[in-house]
Amino acid sequence: MSVTAFLTDSTLCIGCKACEVACKEWNGVLEDGLNWSGFSYDNTGAVGHSTWRHVKFVENAPEPGFGGNAPELNTWSFSSDVCKHCENAGCLEACPTGSIIRTEFGGVYVQPDICNGCGYCVVSCPFGVVERNPDDGRAFKCTFCYDRQKVGLKPACAKACPTESIQFGEISQLQQKAKDRMAELHDRGMNDATFYDSSHTSVGGTHAMFIVRGDPRSYNLPPNPQIPAIHLKKAWISSAIAAAFLLGGTIAAFLADSGRGES
Amino acid sequence: MSEGKSRVVAMQQPDLEKERRLFEIRREAEQHGQVKAKGTRPAGAPFPQASPDTGYYGIPLLKQPPWTWEIPLYFFVGGAAGAAAVVGAIADYTGADRKLVREARWIAAAGSVLSPALLISDLGRPMRFLNMMRVFKPQSPMSVGVWTLLGFSGGASAAAFAGFMRDRFGPSFPVRVLENAGTAASLAFGLPFSNYTGVLIGATAIPVWNENVSDLPLHFGASGLSAAVGLLELMGHRKSRALQALGVGAAIFECWEGWRLEGRQIREIDPLKHGLSGTLTRAGGALSGPVPLAFRLLSLAGGKRSSDALRKYAAISAVAGSLLTRIAWIYAGHVSARDWREPLEIEETPTRSDPY
Repeated sequence: MSVTAFLTDSTLCIGCKACEVACKEWNGVLEDGLNWSGFSYDNTGAVGHSTWRHVKFVENAPEPGFGGNAPELNTWSFSSDVCKHCENAGCLEACPTGSIIRTEFGGVYVQPDICNGCGYCVVSCPFGVVERNPDDGRAFKCTFCYDRQKVGLKPACAKACPTESIQFGEISQLQQKAKDRMAELHDRGMNDATFYDSSHTSVGGTHAMFIVRGDPRSYNLPPNPQIPAIHLKKAWISSAIAAAFLLGGTIAAFLADSGRGES
Repeated sequence: MSEGKSRVVAMQQPDLEKERRLFEIRREAEQHGQVKAKGTRPAGAPFPQASPDTGYYGIPLLKQPPWTWEIPLYFFVGGAAGAAAVVGAIADYTGADRKLVREARWIAAAGSVLSPALLISDLGRPMRFLNMMRVFKPQSPMSVGVWTLLGFSGGASAAAFAGFMRDRFGPSFPVRVLENAGTAASLAFGLPFSNYTGVLIGATAIPVWNENVSDLPLHFGASGLSAAVGLLELMGHRKSRALQALGVGAAIFECWEGWRLEGRQIREIDPLKHGLSGTLTRAGGALSGPVPLAFRLLSLAGGKRSSDALRKYAAISAVAGSLLTRIAWIYAGHVSARDWREPLEIEETPTRSDPY
């Protein structure tokens, strides 16, 4: 099978949360309570160990005539968030057990039988996706439906999406599809449509691409996410200097001391 | 309305003024869909919004470190043990006081037992600790750290055990081999082990940590040395001039580190300056840098008796400062992760959903 990707087109999303339900049912993800966040119709707030698909509800002040809205209604955009399955994945590089792997489909997968819950992937994800389940102890995130892809099926969320807001397919075809869709949206005068895949940063592109309306920051999509590996060189140089200082300083201190004939 | 002061509206006489006001309210409601007047603002307003200026309702983007209390303690123990091993090995090689060598080795050996225990008990699945040894990943500081810890633990405990056997039963060939190999290994692994935790948290997605990535290993290294020297002094080695020199050196570095952090005016390091995390960082910095430095300089000038007491105070301050510094940095990481403005590159600082 080829390398695959998601294209989540929020201009088509109707906020039904079918993807969240399908994901939870197929993967047996924990129920995490029906809480009232008070933030529009959002109950969960963010992706996490018990939420692998998360529909964001972005409510804005009324803009008469915008997108066919009635003048007294708020503009409303929805976008289904998911693990980005980065081309250079911070979590994958950080994992000390080799539990997190790159699958043959290009996804980033946490092997639950190997993860020992060290939590280092959690602080290494620039998108705040992977999370340690405090009850279970292990880290969890979207599996890109590795089990379904293995047998040639679409991920559960893409299959359940009634408007094809979540599209799934071969990555280069989807990238082309995204380009065409962006051109189409701009032609229609929807000039605030924005394509998001982080390909301009050290993340190097994602296997979950998005088309959102307006500034991606409204959807908690960081403008310049960076993988932790870019800091490694500086960090280890500093560590080597610290070790050299410690060794040199200790030798100098004890030699100078023993030179005086006392200890 | 507060209790006891509730105003009962008495029967009123309608007049033109009051009728006009009622008409005004109606007109405003018709025109704007809402009425702006005192008391119509809901509690908690203005509500967080999803916008380029406020992010997604001010919900944090990054996840906080899931680590429990064991991790800052592990940073402290590991730093002190690593530096103690280096001090013990060099003291051994330069022929310093045997008692100093022995006790430095015991600190290292105690750390080499405590460190893995702390690290394992923080794991979500402690029984699976051995999975860390499935692979060696140079690109993962956690993996490099675990292997360093393993080498260090073996070396430090072998050196301490062989030293004990030699003192007890005299030098025999296998004991000498074990002691030499253990000392060399504890030195080789102790050097990175004393400061790698700076790499561990520096190379992450947490802004306050990765912003200080070039300083953290140096900072943690100095902090570890400071704690190791302090522990040895508390065990009675308050006459060693070598330890005094190392303590002064570490304290000077910690002063410089504090000076650098205070001087940097960037938003990413705000958790080190504001709120509880800022107070902890500053307290840890003061106890690691200026306070022990002052005690040490005074002890150089003072008489024998006051010198001993002053070095004891310096040692207590340095050990407490080292522990507090690690707690403060981990806590600052939590605050930094909660700050949704950093990863979204949002400048404005609204008071609501303040991470502090």
